[in-house]
Amino acid sequence: MTQAVAVREPAQDAAGRRFERIQQLVEEYGASRSALIPILQKAQEEYRYLPEEILTFIATALDLPPSTVFGVATFYAQFSLEPVGKYVIKVCDGTACHVRKNQALISSLRSRLGLKEGQKTTPDMRYTLEIVSCIGACALAPAVVINDRVYGQMTADKMKAVLDEIERVEAAAAGDGKEEQ
Amino acid sequence: MTTAVLGAALSSPADLIALKKRALQALESGCTRLVVCGGTGCTSNGSRQVLDALNAELAARGVPLVADLLEEHPDGAVRAGFGGCSGFCEVGPIVRVFPANFFYVRVRPQDAAAIVERTVLNGEPVEHLLFSDEATGERFATRDEIPFYREQAGVVLADCGVIEPEDIRQYIAHEGYRALASCLFGMTPEDVVREVTDAGLRGRGGGGFPTGRKWELTRRSEASKKYIICNADEGDPGAFMDRSILEGNPHAVLEGMAIAGYAVGADEGYIYCRAEYPLAVQRLRVAIRQAEEARLLGERILGSSFDFRIHIKEGAGAFVCGEETALISSIEGRRGMPSPKPPFPAQSGLFGMPTVVNNVETLANVPRIILNGAGWFRSVGVPSSPGTKVFALTGDVVNTGLIEVPMGATLKDVVFKIGGGIRNGRKFKTVQIGGPSGGCLTEEHLDLALDYDSLRSVGAMVGSGGLVVMDDSTCMVEVARFFMQFTQSESCGKCVLCREGTRRMLEILEKITSGRGTVDDVGLLEEVAIAVRDGSLCGLGKTAPNPVLSTLRYFRDEYLAHVVDGVCPAGACQAFRHYSIDPEKCKGCTLCAKKCPVGAISGELKQPHTIDPQTCVRCGVCLDVCRLGAVVA
Ligand SMILES: Cc1cc2nc3c(=O)[nH]c(=O)nc-3n(C[C@H](O)[C@H](O)[C@H](O)COP(=O)(O)O)c2cc1C
Ligand code: FES
Repeated sequence: MTQAVAVREPAQDAAGRRFERIQQLVEEYGASRSALIPILQKAQEEYRYLPEEILTFIATALDLPPSTVFGVATFYAQFSLEPVGKYVIKVCDGTACHVRKNQALISSLRSRLGLKEGQKTTPDMRYTLEIVSCIGACALAPAVVINDRVYGQMTADKMKAVLDEIERVEAAAAGDGKEEQ
Repeated sequence: MTTAVLGAALSSPADLIALKKRALQALESGCTRLVVCGGTGCTSNGSRQVLDALNAELAARGVPLVADLLEEHPDGAVRAGFGGCSGFCEVGPIVRVFPANFFYVRVRPQDAAAIVERTVLNGEPVEHLLFSDEATGERFATRDEIPFYREQAGVVLADCGVIEPEDIRQYIAHEGYRALASCLFGMTPEDVVREVTDAGLRGRGGGGFPTGRKWELTRRSEASKKYIICNADEGDPGAFMDRSILEGNPHAVLEGMAIAGYAVGADEGYIYCRAEYPLAVQRLRVAIRQAEEARLLGERILGSSFDFRIHIKEGAGAFVCGEETALISSIEGRRGMPSPKPPFPAQSGLFGMPTVVNNVETLANVPRIILNGAGWFRSVGVPSSPGTKVFALTGDVVNTGLIEVPMGATLKDVVFKIGGGIRNGRKFKTVQIGGPSGGCLTEEHLDLALDYDSLRSVGAMVGSGGLVVMDDSTCMVEVARFFMQFTQSESCGKCVLCREGTRRMLEILEKITSGRGTVDDVGLLEEVAIAVRDGSLCGLGKTAPNPVLSTLRYFRDEYLAHVVDGVCPAGACQAFRHYSIDPEKCKGCTLCAKKCPVGAISGELKQPHTIDPQTCVRCGVCLDVCRLGAVVA
């Protein structure tokens, strides 16, 4: 939602509003070092990734060197410094899922999304594919998480059905958008 | 879902006992309870829709619903709500019925009508929802009759799936917070530490360090401020014990933390929970709020002079943050890198103050120990490792899920009696225990007792409790490579041996699995592994070589087969596969030739095709597309 609004605004106003929001977070969590990770988490929740100017702004607000903030943001796997797609698909490659042969699932996803080796997000910014280690649904291996929803006992066929459904919802939404205009 | 409706805060132990009586009565008599599993596994399988369907069906049939447990309700009223994980995720969504104790598996929303008609209105089980043994077809009405549960013990998980975690009164009905009250009003901090020491409780987070000793060290440290940290980082892939405890019975962990706080003189606690566990975090937030409202956390707990507050810190995705010193620096807002010990957290931990770091399961054991006494705890398990252990049983086993067994149960019981043996009629090969820091157990260990010391004696460890069963199609070199890839990417990079050593080991393992390894590589691998084990700073590096060392110890011939004979005995490593086409079966449909990405297959239409081994990259596409089974690997 936030993103959609921000796109239509002049860039400067959008940045100003972002900084304002970060300022609120700093007030909420306190301008202390131990508030850094929660603030980064909240900021990422809001913007879905951590743009450089946000990191620098957080550094200033907490009175920390930007290198420290970048150091922390790059250390933890949760933080993304690049924009991510609307649907973040996390395929678990933890031990239990690996043993239940999830490799076919991963390769079929890659080819369906048309992602090349090393590429994570589709050019239209609809999907990001991440390979993660264990989401704690091991008894239902292989497991996949799309945004916050967990899917257990996944197969290439089930995955296809889920993606088809997303595509259907997206197509319907695009249709509605046109009617409104 | 119930919000805390307590009426008033509890300002004395007598208030707690009075509430317990009321809650227990409400829970056990006068109403039927339908507890739908609300754990991660079952919710992903649609248990939310099952709960909605049940409530809708109950309303449609005019069955009076119990909206609030403590309010008056007519006879025959029903309460349907979300419980925690019962462990048998494989057959979820699970619905349990109390007091009849029926155990329904694979429940779908369309089963709601039958459950209401037969079970709620007529008190009978719904046959087709009962668990049935695939081999014999025998059906089991109650949980304890099911083979998966027969060999299990219930200490930590006893209430998971029985009570609703988002209603503190149900926990209180099951003796909740009574242990804390006994501590505050009947025991000195020294008494509490002594009880835990006498119980012989050892840390369930992997190390097995005696909890009582850790508490005693912290209690004796002089400081103006002390902390309790609950380690809920659970980074070991293939393990989800802590997740299920937090989702199914969060108050047990909170109570354990408060008792620890009283014992060592801390008034503040942190729960460091993995960011990958949003449901656990949500349940914890609800639980903390309800406990504060009830005055079971916060200031002057139950009217005593003891204060204890708990905060939640969400992790940000780094395996090494499960290590206690790294975890502490992460809470402080730093990169989660371990620091050398001593000083131990008991001396100088969070913000430089004495700190107890305990695992979720360790803390969940504490209230039970205080309630039932050290002697009772020691009567379960084996003398050197008393109590139970929760394991996550996964992989190529028939019944996967969460299990709790007395310490010292044998591997055979766990894999074959509880787990039901190997899936798809294959053969047992190995169990990987303790995740990337652990080791493998083989057929010769089937009679081995699962406890701290027995496992250490064979080069494995309890670890966090992940048990991943693997069948005979598993290549052990590939398993070692898989774990090394994990530890290599999770190495924080602080010390050279771990940072560089894991990278070198991974390179060698990749070389072997891709068919380029030599005998010398195996020797070098072992040498590097020993150096990394002996020279790394923290537990991550020290244990990273374990999968390598333990597979070398028990499956050296498999390594040698790769480098000397040029074969992967399990047939798992793609590089060793030789694809060919059986001319008897091939009908010359040309499908494989069309799909081959490198054009290695040739042949005339309606004539048998052939694969050129020089061009073939062994991707296996031909095997997948051939409908006649003519491609052999
Ligand atoms: C690399 C590494 C990862 C660890 N991960 C965890 C973890 O996820 N959960 C946990 O409780 N302990 C973990 N530990 C062990 C902790 O350092 C610590 O020993 C434990 O939390 C102490 O609690 P306990 O005595 O109750 O087991 C890990 C240790 C290492 C070296
Ligand atoms: S290993 Fe995939 S969810 Fe745990």
